[in-house]
Amino acid sequence: MVTQEKPKETLSSVTIRFVGDSGDGMQLTGTQFTNTSALFGNDTSTYPNFPAEIRAPQGTLAGVSGFQIHFSSNNIHTAGDHLDVLVAMNPAAFKTNINDLRQNGILIINEDAFSASNLKKAGFKEDEDVFSKYLNKFRIYKVPITKMTLGALDGLDMMAKAKERCKNMFALGLTYWIYSRSLDPTLEWLESKFGKKPDLFESNVRALKAGYNYGNTTEIFQNTYEVPKAKIVPGVYRNITGNQAISLGFVAASELVGKPLFIGSYPITPATEILQELSMYKNFGVKTFQAEDEIAGIGSAIGAAFAGQLAITTTSGPGIALKSEFMNLAVITELPVVIADIQRGGPSTGLPTKTEQTDLLQVLYGRNGESPIPVVAARSPSDCFLAAIEACRIAMEYMTPVVILSDTQIAIGSEPWKLPDLETLKPIHTRIHEDIDTFAPYRRNDDLARQWAIPGTPGCEHTIGGLEKENITGKVNLSAEVHEEMVKIRAAKVKGIADKLPPLEVYGEQSGDLLFLGWGSTYGAIRTAADELLASGYKVGQVHLRHINPLPNDLGEIFSRFKHIVVPELNSGQLLMILRAKFLIDIKGINQVNTKPFAVSDLVSRAKELIGDK
Amino acid sequence: MTQTQELTKADFVSEGDVKWCPGCGDYAILSSVQTVLPTLGIPKEKFCFVSGIGCSSRFPYYMDTYGFHTIHGRAPTVASGVKMANPDLSVWVVTGDGDGLSIGANHTVHMIRRNMDLKVLLFNNRIYGLTKGQYSPTSEKGKVTKTSVYGSIDNPLNPVAFAIASGATFAARTNAANPKHMQEILKAAADHKGTAFVEILQNCNIFNDGAFAKYLDKETKAEENLILEEGKPLLFNNDTQGIVMSLEGSHPRLIVEEVNATDTSVSITGKKFLVHDPKNEDHTLSYLISQLGVSLEGTPTAMGVLRAVRKPTYDEVLYEQEAQAKAQRGVGILKKLIYSSDTWTVTEESQAAGV
Repeated sequence: MVTQEKPKETLSSVTIRFVGDSGDGMQLTGTQFTNTSALFGNDTSTYPNFPAEIRAPQGTLAGVSGFQIHFSSNNIHTAGDHLDVLVAMNPAAFKTNINDLRQNGILIINEDAFSASNLKKAGFKEDEDVFSKYLNKFRIYKVPITKMTLGALDGLDMMAKAKERCKNMFALGLTYWIYSRSLDPTLEWLESKFGKKPDLFESNVRALKAGYNYGNTTEIFQNTYEVPKAKIVPGVYRNITGNQAISLGFVAASELVGKPLFIGSYPITPATEILQELSMYKNFGVKTFQAEDEIAGIGSAIGAAFAGQLAITTTSGPGIALKSEFMNLAVITELPVVIADIQRGGPSTGLPTKTEQTDLLQVLYGRNGESPIPVVAARSPSDCFLAAIEACRIAMEYMTPVVILSDTQIAIGSEPWKLPDLETLKPIHTRIHEDIDTFAPYRRNDDLARQWAIPGTPGCEHTIGGLEKENITGKVNLSAEVHEEMVKIRAAKVKGIADKLPPLEVYGEQSGDLLFLGWGSTYGAIRTAADELLASGYKVGQVHLRHINPLPNDLGEIFSRFKHIVVPELNSGQLLMILRAKFLIDIKGINQVNTKPFAVSDLVSRAKELIGDK
Repeated sequence: MTQTQELTKADFVSEGDVKWCPGCGDYAILSSVQTVLPTLGIPKEKFCFVSGIGCSSRFPYYMDTYGFHTIHGRAPTVASGVKMANPDLSVWVVTGDGDGLSIGANHTVHMIRRNMDLKVLLFNNRIYGLTKGQYSPTSEKGKVTKTSVYGSIDNPLNPVAFAIASGATFAARTNAANPKHMQEILKAAADHKGTAFVEILQNCNIFNDGAFAKYLDKETKAEENLILEEGKPLLFNNDTQGIVMSLEGSHPRLIVEEVNATDTSVSITGKKFLVHDPKNEDHTLSYLISQLGVSLEGTPTAMGVLRAVRKPTYDEVLYEQEAQAKAQRGVGILKKLIYSSDTWTVTEESQAAGV
């Protein structure tokens, strides 16, 4: 194609959000932009945002679906605080997202979609000039995306509706031109997806190129940008979401422990993809059981664990509520079951597609009786892989149910994953027991993990169940002394896990003014905030917890090296409450429960406030 | 332990004391199960008993086999997990009318419709015993209990009808007070491949004594029990009466007809005694037979195997699919899986090359 030279500006980092109707293909557009940027060599981080309804009425505020990409020549850890570019395919998308666009940011709208009826659907007046108040605030580009797309597809034997559906490719082509991206990865993808459907292939290719050429040839765009490659640790990479990574982690754990993987689950947003992903892996001996409800999901997993498999169940907060009676059965029978809680907004059905960290106290304490369950948390999409393996390791080696926490942001967000060297993953041991002479169902090793004799083992027949029982023999016994002893043993076993954990890693300053302590998906925002503060000379450190129960033994000593301890959480202070109770020190929280990830700028300013004068 | 021919009833009796009330019907069931198991040719370590909550669900503690006393209503889910994990096991679910048909009815339906290869013993005493006497989902309408002081206003559920309507491939009814019949039925259930649902009428002598007396009473026994035998006509009351399909009116129903003293053949002009056919692909007739006595006044209650058809079980198909996937795609290799998808390689050189 003829390239007209326009000035090119170099940027270190850009955040784009594509927004449109649920059916406009925004997720696909965003994914393509991400893959192209990753293949080019940028670091990337993404966060899709879509409505709870699959297809809300077209053009309405409820139906807006978006995909945000942060790509950079630096190492990045978040999907970006503020948008540099907003591509809005209709008035509803414009209205619900415009407040996130930064001063002087680029706004690209599909002019053809701003009809009187669409304006009305979005709650504007039919003849309202919706852009007038933003003229000095943003760089606004009104592009007739629909018209241009239909024009480019002129002559193709397709329905007008089908042609119009290619407008997302036009928008993608245009942004590729603005950011000097190659069309090749998307062209290859279109070939593999539509190669056998010539009409669809041709129409999408034409729309993509038309968008690119539009930027190149029209006068409205004054210049283009480039975001150079990031300095990335050499290795083989792929882009991965948290739900994919946790699934692969479970398959890897199954191999490390040498036991087949069983997953009993019921579909629930945002955990469903794990069940879907694992159902593809039958040739790995993975058994997926779509149960009749959340309760049957964990019930079947407990049955599979009793029968000697690596058993997991996956859910979100409302499902944890339903599973809690069975979680307790796994506590008292001391069976290895992993419960994955992909948190979402609550209470009740709440906000199914939005992110929160509000299930921590639920998974720690939401059961009758004294019921200790180890809890681990994943910090980023790719980290779900190792977190899943760690959850399985603790379950197997200590004979206990384990909760692994993720959340919407991690589950559906993506980032490049440097693929691990599988040789370095340590094998997971089990407590499988086959010797008749030394067998007793509740006989324990030094870690207090009981023996695991599975049905089918001759001579080790025994019955377990939800009634209190004697240590060692496992005989039902409801006496006061036995109960108290067993309460203490169950607690001591979980507490003892901390004795074998590696020392915590403190990022940044090892002592000083302020320590950020976090868990889960806040990792990226906290790391970026810590980097900014360190660059400005502040003495800050960061610890991000993998293990929340039990807490690592060295945490208290690390606290003593900092003047201020701050715990940012996407809840009203749940870990904060536990830490203040345990350590009796004035730890501060930074809390937000507004469905959004932390803005780095908020963390930085709050930290500066606390530290005061340097 | 694996020499099955040496197994006897004593091998299945656990050490501890049995703690049901003296005179409880559960003792007879326990004894019958312990009698039948050694005859099945299955090694002892391959039996696994899974129960929920209630008097019936203490059962696994009294068996010297693998056992799991789970939580209220959920035994089918745990048993399904055990069976899927290891299809070589003979997995038995022990439940009651409250456990299996009230709090756990949902799981009972789904276990049955999947045809999971589980043997299900539902002890029906028509009362909540462990909580000391409240009405259950099988209690008759009008029953006065501690929570239905003015008489129960719930419509009772018919367990066998419930199972057949859920798609059961095996459904049977027996009486704990008739060990010989019960053992035949248990053996048939054990031999069935797929969910084998057995309702066992069981007397609670403390909170619902005499609930099933009419089936035992010398005066009424003959007219109240319809003993089912495959291929035999549905005759009862010493073969003086039989069951006929009436097609009068808008829908078919079963009625009782007298057997002509001079002609006891199956077919009698104008009426045809039904012949028991539990293996018929269609379950309509089994369903109608399940209604007799329990849900249909003035008719005897069907005792025996109402339905027994062989269909693929969930666990069989699960393992078949796995074998197919391995044959088609090869046994999975973790490294390939992780390195699949679109990957890219970052090298020192590509880093140095800049944009």
